[in-house]
Amino acid sequence: MAAAPLLSGCDMALLDPAGPIGAEEKSIIILATCLMLIVVIPVIAMVFLFAWRYRASNKNATFKPEWDHSSKIEVAVWGIPCVIIAILAYVTWVSSHTLEPSRELVSDKKAVEVEVVSMDWKWLFIYPDLNVASVNELAFPAGTPVHFKLTSATVMNSFFIPRLGSQIYTMPGMETKLSLVADAAGDFDGLSANYSGGGFSDMHFVAHAMTDEAFAQWVEKARAGEGKLTMAKYRELAKPSEKDPVTYYSEVEPTLYHDILNKCSDGSTCMDAAVSLAMAKEVAGGDVQLCNPAKPRG
Amino acid sequence: MFGKLTLEAIPYHEPIIMGAVAMMVLGGAALVAGITFFRLWGPLWSKWLTSVDHKNIGIMYIILALVMLLRGFADAVMMRTQQALASTGGAGPLPPEHFDQVFTAHGVIMIFFMAMPFMVGLMNIVVPLQIGARDVAFPYLNNLSFWLTAAGALLINISLAVGEFARTGWLAYPPLSELQYSPGVGVDYYLWALQISGVGTLLAGVNMITTILKMRAPGMTLMRMPIFTWTTLCSNMLIVAAFPILTATLAMLSLDRYLGMHFFTNDGGGNAMMYVNLIWAWGHPEVYILVLPAFGIFSEVISTFSSKKLFGYTSMVYATVCITVLSFIVWLHHFFTMGAGANVNAFFGISTMIISIPTGAKIFNWLFTMYRGRVQFTVPVLWTLGFMVTFVIGGMTGVLMAVPAADFVLHNSLFLIAHFHNVIIGGVLFGYLAGFTYWFPKAFGFKLNETLGKVSFWCWLVGFYLAFMPLYALGLMGMTRRMNHVDNVVWHNYLLVAALGAAIIACGIGAFVLQILVSVLNRKALRDLTGDPWNGRTLEWATSSPPAFYNFPQTPVVTARDAFWEQKQATGAGLQPLPAYGKIHMPHNTGTGVILGGFIAVLGFALIWHIWWLVVAAFAAAVAVGIGHTFNENRDYYVPSETVAETERKYFKQLTSQV
Repeated sequence: MAAAPLLSGCDMALLDPAGPIGAEEKSIIILATCLMLIVVIPVIAMVFLFAWRYRASNKNATFKPEWDHSSKIEVAVWGIPCVIIAILAYVTWVSSHTLEPSRELVSDKKAVEVEVVSMDWKWLFIYPDLNVASVNELAFPAGTPVHFKLTSATVMNSFFIPRLGSQIYTMPGMETKLSLVADAAGDFDGLSANYSGGGFSDMHFVAHAMTDEAFAQWVEKARAGEGKLTMAKYRELAKPSEKDPVTYYSEVEPTLYHDILNKCSDGSTCMDAAVSLAMAKEVAGGDVQLCNPAKPRG
Repeated sequence: MFGKLTLEAIPYHEPIIMGAVAMMVLGGAALVAGITFFRLWGPLWSKWLTSVDHKNIGIMYIILALVMLLRGFADAVMMRTQQALASTGGAGPLPPEHFDQVFTAHGVIMIFFMAMPFMVGLMNIVVPLQIGARDVAFPYLNNLSFWLTAAGALLINISLAVGEFARTGWLAYPPLSELQYSPGVGVDYYLWALQISGVGTLLAGVNMITTILKMRAPGMTLMRMPIFTWTTLCSNMLIVAAFPILTATLAMLSLDRYLGMHFFTNDGGGNAMMYVNLIWAWGHPEVYILVLPAFGIFSEVISTFSSKKLFGYTSMVYATVCITVLSFIVWLHHFFTMGAGANVNAFFGISTMIISIPTGAKIFNWLFTMYRGRVQFTVPVLWTLGFMVTFVIGGMTGVLMAVPAADFVLHNSLFLIAHFHNVIIGGVLFGYLAGFTYWFPKAFGFKLNETLGKVSFWCWLVGFYLAFMPLYALGLMGMTRRMNHVDNVVWHNYLLVAALGAAIIACGIGAFVLQILVSVLNRKALRDLTGDPWNGRTLEWATSSPPAFYNFPQTPVVTARDAFWEQKQATGAGLQPLPAYGKIHMPHNTGTGVILGGFIAVLGFALIWHIWWLVVAAFAAAVAVGIGHTFNENRDYYVPSETVAETERKYFKQLTSQV
C-alpha cells in the first residue's frame, strides 16, 4: 500500500528521468530494490507467521525449548544473502564505472562546456567557449552532452538537477566534473543538495534544455546582458546574497574560473602558482627566492 | 572580563527560545524546590551524585537520556511544523538562522545525548550483573564518565539561553563551520560539548571492555557470555577505536577556530575533504556502536519470551564481530558524490552491502528463535517484532544507497533522512525501549504498566511509518534535506502527513512518560520480589530486584550458556539462601566525579566565550581535584559477612512471606 503513491505520477522526479544518466540510475534503483525484496518480503512474512504460529497460547504448535541449531538453516541464512549481495556487488562495480560522474559522455555532437561556481547563495554558470555567463539560470541544447567543471567560491554545495541524474559536490579550491545530457527540450529544477548556510533554501535555478536554435538565441540574449563579468564585478557578486534574479553577462574575464578555483580571485597568490613555486624550490634546493606573483588586477 | 559574553548573548527578542528557556528554568526551579522541601539533598548527594554503584550510574545515564529525548523531540516537532507550514511559499514560523540551529541541535542531541547515554546506561545496569560481577572495573571512572557526559549535555542546553548553537548540521562540515563562515559561538558550543562528553564516552568504553574481559564470573568463557554482553564488548571496542578519531578531528577544527591554523580552511593549504573523511571514519562506526547493543537486547528479549534458547548463538557472535570489523571500512559511502572516482566508490559501496549479510543472519536467528518457541507478546517482544519489520525496510534502503549510482540521486535527499531514521528509530530506539521495559524491574523492583507500554509502542510504530514513509517519497521527488522553506503543493501534502506522524509519536512519548508515572504510583501492585519476573535465562535475574549494592551475595559459578536457566533447570528452583556468607570487597563513593564534571563544564563555557582567566582557573581547579583524588587512599572497604547475611535474611523473609 505504501508502494502505490510511490509508483504513481510524474511528481517523482527520480522515477521520471529526462536523460540517460537519470534513466540508468532509476533502473538500478528498481533492480536493487527488487533483488533485496527477495529476502525482505519473506522476512516480514516470517515475522508475522512465526510470531502468530508460536504464540504462547497456541499449545498445538511444536515446542522445542532446547532446539538452537540447524546447519541447514544456517547455510541458507548466510548463503542466500551472500548470493544476492554478490549479484548486487557486480551491478555496483559495473555501474560505478559506467556512471562515474567525471566520465565524459560521448556523442557525435560537440559537448557544451560549462564551468559552475556555487556562491553564497547563488549559482554562477560560465560558458568558456561562448564567453558568456549567467547567474541562477542554466541553458544548454537538448541531446548534446554538457560537460560541467565545478567548484565553490565559499563552502561546500552539491550541484543537482534531479530529473537529469547524478549530483556532484562543489568544493572550494577543488574541481569536480560531471557530464549530463537531456533527451529533449524541457525546463528542469536544479538546486543545491548540500546545506550551505542561511540562504541555502533559495539556492535553486532552472536548467533549460533547448533546441539548438533556441540555445543560440539564449546565447544572444546573454550577450546582450549586463556587460563583462570583470574581477571587480565578480567580487561584488561574491558578497553573500539570497534570491538573486537571473542575470546574464556578455563577456567573462578569461581567468575568472581559474582564479576562483585557485583561491586568488581576491588578488592573492594562486594555489597552482604557489604549488609550482614550492616544487621549484624543492628541485632547486631552496635557493629560489619566494616572490609575490600576484598580478595587478582591475 | 567576560570575554565575548555580553547581555546581548541572551536572545530576549525570540519568543520561542525564551519560552523554552522559561520552561527549563521553571522546571529546574521546581526540581530544586522539591528536593529542598523534601530534604533530599543529603540522600541525593550521598546515594546518587557521588555513587560509584554501576546500577545507580546507569539509572542516572538513562534519566539524562530521557530528558534529552524530550529536548531533541521538541526540535523534531519544530522541524516538521516548519516544513509543513513553509512548503507553499510562506516563510513559516522559524527563520533560517533559528531553523538551522534546530536541525543541528536535533541531530547532536539525539545521537550524543539521547542514544549514547541511553546505551551506556543500559550497559551499566545490566552488564556487571550479566557477568556475575560486583561492579565495573573502575567504579570511580564510571562516575566521572557520567558527569563528563552530563557536562556536555549541560553546555548544549545553556546554548539555548546564552548565545546560539551551531547552524552547520550535526557533523559541522568545514569550511561552513570555520570561523570565516560561522563567526559566532554556536560551533564552539558544539565543539566543547562533544569534546567533553566524548572523553566521558571513551572512558566508559575502556571501563566496560576491562570489566567484560577481566571480571566475568568463574566458568563464564567468552562463548558462554550472554549476547548482550558480547554486543556491549564489540560496541565498546568500537568506541575505543573510533572516539579518538572524533576527538582529534574536533581538536583540529578547534585549532583552526581558536589559533588560526589551517587544517580545514579554504586558505593556507587547508582541506575540508580531510575533515569529511575523518568525521565519518568515526561517524560510521558510531552507528554500529549504537545498534549493536540494541541487537543484543533483542537477542535477550526474544529468547526469554520464547522460553527457548537463542537460535544460532555462535553465528550470532560471529555476525557481531564481522559487523564490528567491517564498520571501519565503509565510511566513504557517506560521500560518494565527492568525486573520489569509480574504483574507490565501488569498493566502499560493496564493503557496505557486505555488512547486510551478517545483519541479515542475525534477523534470521531471531526469527528461528521464535520458531518452535512459546512467544509471549509482552511489551519488549512488541518492540522486537516492530523492530524486525521496520529494520529490514531501513536496511533495504540502506543497501540501495550503498550502490554509488543510486546514491548519486538519493544522496542528501529526504530519502536518506527516512533511511537513517528508519534504522535508528526502528533499530536503536526500539531496542533501547525494549531493554528499558525488560530490565526496568531489575533496576527498580517493580514492573512497568503493560497497557500504557502497549499504547506507547503502537503510537511509536504508527507514528514512525506516517512520519517517515512520506519522506522516502519526497526524496524520490527530489526534495533535499535541511530546507527551511519550499514552494510545492504536492510536497506540502506529504509534509503534512509527516507532521501528523510526529504528532502520533508525541502521543507515544506521552504514553511512555505516563507509563512511568502510573507504574511508580502503583509500584506496590507491580512489585516483583523474586528478582526474576520474566523467567529469565541470564545471571542478572539470579539476584534480588533491585539487587543489593554488592549485586550477588556470593559470586556465581557458570557452567553453561544461559547460566541462570540451567541452574533453575538443575535445582528446580530460583533464588535460594546460602548456608553462610563471606565478607565482600566494595568501593567507596566519591564526590570527585561530580566536582570534576562541574569544573570541566565551567572550563567548556569559559572556552566557548573566550573568558581566559576563567579557563585557567577552571582548568587548574579540575587538575587539582583530579590530582587530589589520587591521594585519597580510603577507596575501598569490606562489607562484613554479618551485614551480608542480615541483608539476605531480610530479603528472603520478604520473599517467603509474600508467597
